[in-house]
Amino acid sequence: MIAVRALAKKIGEQEILRGVDLEVRTGETLAIIGRSGGGKSVLLKHLVGLMEPDAGEIWIEGQNIIGLNERQLGTIRKKVGILFQGGALFDSMTVEENIAFPLREAGERDPNVLRAKVNEMLDVMEMEGEQAKMPVSLSGGMKKRVGLARSIIRRPSCVLYDEPTSGLDPVVADSINRLIRRLQQRFGITSIVVTHDMKSAFDVADRIAYLHEGRIYFHGTSVELQQSSDPLIQDFLLGRSDGQRGHRVES
Amino acid sequence: MTVRFFNVLGAPLLAFFQYLGEVVLLAADTFRSIFTHKLRWKLFLNQIVEIGLLSQLVVVITGAFTGAVFSAQTFFQFNKLGMGSAVGAVVSVALCRELAPVLTALMVAGRVGAAMSAEIGTMKVTEQIDALRALAVYPVDYLVVPRTLAMMVSMPLLVAECIAVGIAAGYLVAIFMLDINGTYYMANMVRWTRNRDIIMGLSKAFCFGILIVFISCHKGLTAHEGAVGVGRATTEAVVNASLAVLICNFFLTMLFNIIYPAGYQ
Repeated sequence: MIAVRALAKKIGEQEILRGVDLEVRTGETLAIIGRSGGGKSVLLKHLVGLMEPDAGEIWIEGQNIIGLNERQLGTIRKKVGILFQGGALFDSMTVEENIAFPLREAGERDPNVLRAKVNEMLDVMEMEGEQAKMPVSLSGGMKKRVGLARSIIRRPSCVLYDEPTSGLDPVVADSINRLIRRLQQRFGITSIVVTHDMKSAFDVADRIAYLHEGRIYFHGTSVELQQSSDPLIQDFLLGRSDGQRGHRVES
Repeated sequence: MTVRFFNVLGAPLLAFFQYLGEVVLLAADTFRSIFTHKLRWKLFLNQIVEIGLLSQLVVVITGAFTGAVFSAQTFFQFNKLGMGSAVGAVVSVALCRELAPVLTALMVAGRVGAAMSAEIGTMKVTEQIDALRALAVYPVDYLVVPRTLAMMVSMPLLVAECIAVGIAAGYLVAIFMLDINGTYYMANMVRWTRNRDIIMGLSKAFCFGILIVFISCHKGLTAHEGAVGVGRATTEAVVNASLAVLICNFFLTMLFNIIYPAGYQ
């Protein structure tokens, strides 16, 4: 469904992506892990055309999106939803208006239909009765849920999650992970989850890709990842810095 | 030495032309969108309220005190020549052709231009613009088009209001404080103020409105680096829009003077 070929991106003097190759099958959940500042979010933004690569191709449902202008990308973006790290809710709108926004933009004007669909989404997100709240009065986890509701209300075939559990306590993070799983099972949505939270990656992913120094360093199932003897992967999984590893080897 | 000279001179010059190009492209994109895409009426009416309705107090005060002080200053000079009753004509023509459009534009640039760039800039740095794009909504259609159309409608009306209030204030000062004969004042004003003066003022208002909206929206859309970036964008939007208004005013005056020559003919 989604294929990335030799994707490269330089920001200023820094090479963020150096030829990323990736494939995501329909209906599966792929977690992209890697260190902070490693280019995971940049890769994700490329997948909906929010950033333009220096080289490479991105194929979504058989169409190469590179070179399309903003208006042409609109068709692709209706198929691919994205949950931003902070939710990116429109702060001048209530929760209800935020969630209904994509439907309104698609031409839906019937208030009863809009209300019913918003209520259904809030039910899925376990946020009933929060319609009238403004984004400023929501917690981090609630903002992410509302952002997610907004991105899936038009039933996209794929959802991209940018650090869905970052900044959340373990209980709320777990509820977000369960939500991602539930969406995949209920709506058959293909998901790409960018995270450096290993628990989240193991909980939600069918396959895991490890992005290191601008390239996909590892690609496999969570079991394969855990069984890997590669020192770089082991360090990442166990949260060891280079210094600690050196100290361990010496001792 | 020569290379260094061109390096020092070239970089800001290139940046300036790049900036001009970006603003022109934004304007082209906006006009294309106006003619090819459906208008979001609710957003347009919201902007009419924000730009037109809520700017009235500022514009009325500006117009009133400009008209009043201009009336007094003109009288102090003209009275020495025995031309006190010509004050009405001078105040009226000056307000129509120059003072009202320029001062209203400067006030709107400060009030509305700053708000536009701050609002859009905040949306940019908090990823709300990216969210719009990701939801298949083109930011120019959603943010710039309603503001542009609202500015095109509001600015001429605000300037007309400023002219009317300025003339009224000038009249009151002339009659009640400077003891000018009201009948002569009005007769001279009506005689020397032509339709072309009013058309010139309103045309300038329209052009200034367009300048303000594109400069402000562009600064907002290109804001980065968090709160500091939004603050910088807002300041630059107001400064650039004010300078653009003053510079363009000169060229518009020269152009309109060819189309609508000043003076009684």
